[in-house]
Amino acid sequence: MSERLGGPHGSQIGNGTAENIGDGSSGEGAAQPTHFTFDEASEAEITHILTKYPPSRKASGVLPLLYVVQHQMRRETGSAWVPRVAMDVVAARLEIPPIRVYEVATFYLMFNTNPIGRFHLQVCGTTPCWLRGSDEITRACRDETGIKGWRQTSADGMFTMSEVECLGACVNAPILQVDDDYHEDLDYDRTVALLRALRQGEHPAAGSAIGRITSAPEGGPTTLTTIPIAGE
Amino acid sequence: MLADQDRIFTNLYGQHDWSLEGAQSRGDWNDTAAIIARGRDAIIDEMKASGLRGRGGAGFPTGMKWSFMPKQPSPDGRPSYLVVNADESEPGTCKDRDILRHDPHKLIEGCLIASFAMGAQACYVYVRGEYYNETCNLQAAVDQAYAANLLGKNAAGSGYDFDLYVHRGAGAYICGEETALLESLEGKKGMPRLKPPFPAAVGLYGCPTTVNNVETIAVVPTILRRGGAWFSALGRPKNTGTKIFCISGHVNKPCNVEEELGIPLRELIDTYAGGVRGGWDNLLAVIPGGSSVPLLPKDICDTVLMDFDSLRDVKSGLGTAGVIVMDKSTDVIRAIDRLAQFYKHESCGQCTPCREGTGWMMRVMHRMVQGRAELDEIDILEKVTKQIEGHTICALGDAAAWPIQGLIRHFRPVMEERIASYKAARTPRPLPMAAE
Ligand SMILES: Cc1cc2nc3c(=O)[nH]c(=O)nc-3n(C[C@H](O)[C@H](O)[C@H](O)COP(=O)(O)O)c2cc1C
Ligand code: SF4
Ligand code: FES
Repeated sequence: MSERLGGPHGSQIGNGTAENIGDGSSGEGAAQPTHFTFDEASEAEITHILTKYPPSRKASGVLPLLYVVQHQMRRETGSAWVPRVAMDVVAARLEIPPIRVYEVATFYLMFNTNPIGRFHLQVCGTTPCWLRGSDEITRACRDETGIKGWRQTSADGMFTMSEVECLGACVNAPILQVDDDYHEDLDYDRTVALLRALRQGEHPAAGSAIGRITSAPEGGPTTLTTIPIAGE
Repeated sequence: MLADQDRIFTNLYGQHDWSLEGAQSRGDWNDTAAIIARGRDAIIDEMKASGLRGRGGAGFPTGMKWSFMPKQPSPDGRPSYLVVNADESEPGTCKDRDILRHDPHKLIEGCLIASFAMGAQACYVYVRGEYYNETCNLQAAVDQAYAANLLGKNAAGSGYDFDLYVHRGAGAYICGEETALLESLEGKKGMPRLKPPFPAAVGLYGCPTTVNNVETIAVVPTILRRGGAWFSALGRPKNTGTKIFCISGHVNKPCNVEEELGIPLRELIDTYAGGVRGGWDNLLAVIPGGSSVPLLPKDICDTVLMDFDSLRDVKSGLGTAGVIVMDKSTDVIRAIDRLAQFYKHESCGQCTPCREGTGWMMRVMHRMVQGRAELDEIDILEKVTKQIEGHTICALGDAAAWPIQGLIRHFRPVMEERIASYKAARTPRPLPMAAE
């Protein structure tokens, strides 16, 4: 029988029971900055974002603005997360009560409300990925980074590891999402190679690790082979 | 086998240029103004004639859905909206991703035409947050369309003013449910709304709104160019047209492919996905329509056709056409247990049967994987799924119940055997008699 991995938010890999096990840290309770201001790049993004919604419906900007915060934090500190004070800044900008921003920031999984490592490793563990060996991806991440539990960060601060649900790329399973990129068709060795490359400052290309053309079958498309494309 | 010239998504695999120029070379945006000039009613009639049923999972007829939108502009000046559901989070499903990254102009042109047909002045495309790169492609395509005056004032020279915005979600399956999606788009937690009122009356910002799936909207321009009769000649009666199938799991060559509805499941797997690992006889079961539909054991898979009605007849469903294949090496209880965990994780928690039930089912399923259960708990588990089904605000409750019902329906002996062997391993063996 396969080892039970993960579970709802905050559960553990393997048999660990404590909230924080091993050398890693979950980032929980980390010092919150006391100050946050949008930088120039963020301000430009916000101006564009707010053109999308009716002026009386500015609250629609809450997800986009939380992304802006998280990206600015990555630029400034190397850790993509949303500090509490930044939520207040977002609330003020959108003219909504801060509680509205807090509840949104904690409802949606993609906002990190605690600091994370330089790279966010997100292992898809849902059934289609599991059928094709996602347990091996988890094992490779764990062996290579020393992280023992989900939502924990490696001792060197390079990696945080999370289990996520179906990433919507199941025909290229198993998938490891690193920050915004999907790495597809992985196995144990390819995952180790990917993590070593990241550690060395390389930028491995996203997509299939075995050179497949996107969602086409391995070996190349068997359909759409007779379509003449003008100009190609 | 569907002929290439009848395939709508000619850049499904992204081998060609996805930008405006490439899309135009494949026929997109070809005299869109002429299509719009046919008028609202003619477009909706043609969509009805095509027989297109929504590709987001429920299979509701698209032309009819559009006809629920108000015919006249609202007297109080409220606008109408089209919202495109690009949340694609149903396990086993990854088709909209290919449209967003490889054929975004089919979607954008479809948004313009569909919005015109239902009198929507603006459209939001809500893309799941994890699709960052796909969103970048879509946004770039939207920018190209604006620059070429295909969107905005007098869009595509049609005389119709139309705006299209891309909005990113942030990681919550429930936001694929149409009213949760609207809540999320309004900047709130993604909690489904009670219906009625339906979105066509009170939707985004309280305005009339239609929510359609990406694939539903992206096939619209081709249907209107080639005719509803062309589309309805493909597939089977009431299950017309082509569909993107996603074939994952234990096949030799997992892939996406566009085929006719009604293709036999076995042909789909053998022709396009390189067959089941170890051959057809090594097949254990298939989940034919994304994680929310009950699985089918091999004997049904031998003959079943892949369309809404055929799959409903065998107590499953076409859902999103995400085909998840399991060979005989699979621990099928664990496969469904992992889905129980998924639904527990994704329940928004506002109705008791779903919030409590998904957690309860997950915990019992965890024990069923080990066999650490009593035999009559299988019946209790089944009863609980029935108590959740149909008793919740949204269909996530049903979606969580059905996979477990399918497991019990088709694999009860496997569950019983697991329980028996767990017990056997723990019962002390009879002691040998001293005299023997
Ligand atoms: C829990 C849940 C999740 C859903 N997720 C999606 C989704 O990711 N994409 C989608 O298009 N429809 C999804 N739906 C269906 C939508 O509510 C809606 O029916 C669909 O977008 C309508 O589009 P269609 O008529 O074009 O099929 C989901 C429904 C439920 C209950
Ligand atoms: S059924 Fe579940 S997901 Fe749907 S509204 Fe109720 S608690 Fe939320
Ligand atoms: S299950 Fe992993 S991408 Fe769908």
